[in-house]
Amino acid sequence: MIELRLEGLVHVYRDSTVRAVDGVDLQVGPGQRVAIVGQNGSGKTTLVRHLNGLLRPTEGRVLVDGSDAARLHVAQLARRVGLVFQDPDRQIFARSVRAEVEFGARNVGMDRADRNDAVSQALAATGLEGESDTNPYDLGDSRRKLLALASVLAMRTPVLVLDEPTTGQDVRGVEIVGSVIRAAHAEGRTVIAISHDMGFVAETFDRVVIMREGRIVLDGSPAGVFAQRAWSTLEETYLEPPFPSRVGARLGLDSTPTDEALIARLRERASDSVL
Amino acid sequence: MLVLEAVSYRYAGAERPAIRQVSLTLDKGEVLGVVGPSEAGKTTLCLVASGLAPRAIRGAMDGRVLLDGADTTALPMHEMAARAGICFQHPQTQISGICGTVFEEIAFGPMNLGLQRDDVVVRTWDALDVLGITALAERDPMQLSGGQMQLVAIGGLLALRPAHLILDEPTAQLDPGGTRLVGECLARLAAGGASILITEQKTDLLERICGRVVVLEKGGIVAAGPTDEVLAAAGLAAMGVAAPSRVRVRRALAGAGFGDGAIMDALH
Repeated sequence: MIELRLEGLVHVYRDSTVRAVDGVDLQVGPGQRVAIVGQNGSGKTTLVRHLNGLLRPTEGRVLVDGSDAARLHVAQLARRVGLVFQDPDRQIFARSVRAEVEFGARNVGMDRADRNDAVSQALAATGLEGESDTNPYDLGDSRRKLLALASVLAMRTPVLVLDEPTTGQDVRGVEIVGSVIRAAHAEGRTVIAISHDMGFVAETFDRVVIMREGRIVLDGSPAGVFAQRAWSTLEETYLEPPFPSRVGARLGLDSTPTDEALIARLRERASDSVL
Repeated sequence: MLVLEAVSYRYAGAERPAIRQVSLTLDKGEVLGVVGPSEAGKTTLCLVASGLAPRAIRGAMDGRVLLDGADTTALPMHEMAARAGICFQHPQTQISGICGTVFEEIAFGPMNLGLQRDDVVVRTWDALDVLGITALAERDPMQLSGGQMQLVAIGGLLALRPAHLILDEPTAQLDPGGTRLVGECLARLAAGGASILITEQKTDLLERICGRVVVLEKGGIVAAGPTDEVLAAAGLAAMGVAAPSRVRVRRALAGAGFGDGAIMDALH
C-alpha cells in the first residue's frame, strides 16, 4: 500500500517558458480512485509523468511511500507505479500480444509461475485472451490501447496511472476500462486516471481533481466538484458537468452526477412528499 | 456533394475488405454522422471518401466515389485536395512537423493552395479564433498537449475552407469545451454550404450537429436515418455504439418509474 505526495510541484519543459505544472500540492492515499480532469494543455499529463519518474520536477518534490522519487532507482519506481500512456504506440514494441504483456512483468522480476498468471489475468481483463499470438500492429487502435493497459496491469503495481484510457474506445472498450479500474480498486490498488469524459469520471472515481493552467482549482467527490455552485469554475476550465447533473439541477435536486444519484434523489423526494 | 456508390475497399495484403458495399450521399450543407464499434471500418470510409485511398494508401477499391459528380480516381490530387479536406484521427499524423509555430502550421495548407499572403493570414487567424486557440499561435506545434495538437490539426483543415470536410473522430482528445467549439464550428460551416462527414464515439455531439447518422458494423452499413431515430434505436448498444446521454438518462428514469411529463421535460 503506497501513499503518493506531490509538494510544490513545478515543471517547465526544456526550451520552453511555460510552467506546464505550476505549484501543485496533492496527496493520494492508498487505494484511492482519483480522476484528473481539466482543459487541454492544463498540465495533466505532465503531472502524472512525475509519478513514475518519467519527468523530474523543476521545483518541488514527489514522494512515493515517503521516499523522494528523485532518489529512487527507475526499477524501484516501476515496481510501485505503472503508467499507461495516452498513445499506445509509445510503449508497444514486441512481436506478439503475449510477449508484449510479458515484458513488463519480467522486468519487475516476477518468477515464471507468477508471470504466467499475471499475463493471463491481464489479457482476460482487457478482452485480449484470444489474441496471444497476434502481432500488436494487427490490432486496431482501440485494442492496441487495451494492450498497453494489459502490459501495465501485468506488472501488478500497487499504483496504476492511466492517461486518457477511454479515448477512442467504443462502448465495449469503455466498459472494459471501467471494470479494470473497479477490479484494481477491489484489490486495494490506487488508480489515478486522466479523462475528459465527465460521465465516466462521475461513475468510476471517488475523487476528482480539476486542473487549470498547471494548478489544481477543484478537488473533491464527484458530487462536490459537479455541484451547481462549481459550474462557473468548470466552465472557465472548459469543462461541463455530466448530463444527469444538469437534469437534476433543472429539477431542483442536490448534485446528481450519475444516473443512479439522479434516481436516488428523485426517490427520496417522492417518499418525502408521501410523508 | 459527395456520393459513394457500392464502395468496397480491401487494403493491400489484407484477406478481407475493410468496408463492403457502402453507399451513401452527402448533400451540400449536410452533416452526416458515422458511428460504429472499433474496427467497423469508419477510418477506411474516411480515407476512401477523401480520395486518399486508393490513391495514397494501397489497396483495391470496387464501386465509385463521386465528388460533385466527378469520379475521384480521375481527379488530379491538387484538385481533390482543394475540394475535400480530411482530418485524421491522430493529430500527430496530420501535423507537418516542419513548422516552428502553430500559426505557420495552420497557414501551411492555404499557402499551398497558392493564395495571396493577406488571405492566408486572415484564414489562419480565423481558424485559431473559432477554435479558441489564438493564445497558442506562437507555440511549437510539437510541444503541445495531445488535445491542443488535435485542435491545431482541425485548424489546419478549416483554414483550407474546403467544400467537403471529412473528420475521423476529431474530438477524441478534446476537453468538453473544445468539443463544443468544434461542434459549433462544423454546424456553422454546414449552414454556409459545406458538406461534412464525421465519425465519432461521442454521440452527444452527433445528436447536436447531424441531420442523419449511419451505423457501420463489420464494414457494412447496418442502419441509417434521421439522427434522433438512429441514436434512440433499442439495438444501438448491441451494435457497439453508446446512446447519447439524453437517451440513456430517459431510459433509466422511465425504468425507475419516473417517466412523467415534468421530469421528462427536464431532459431538454
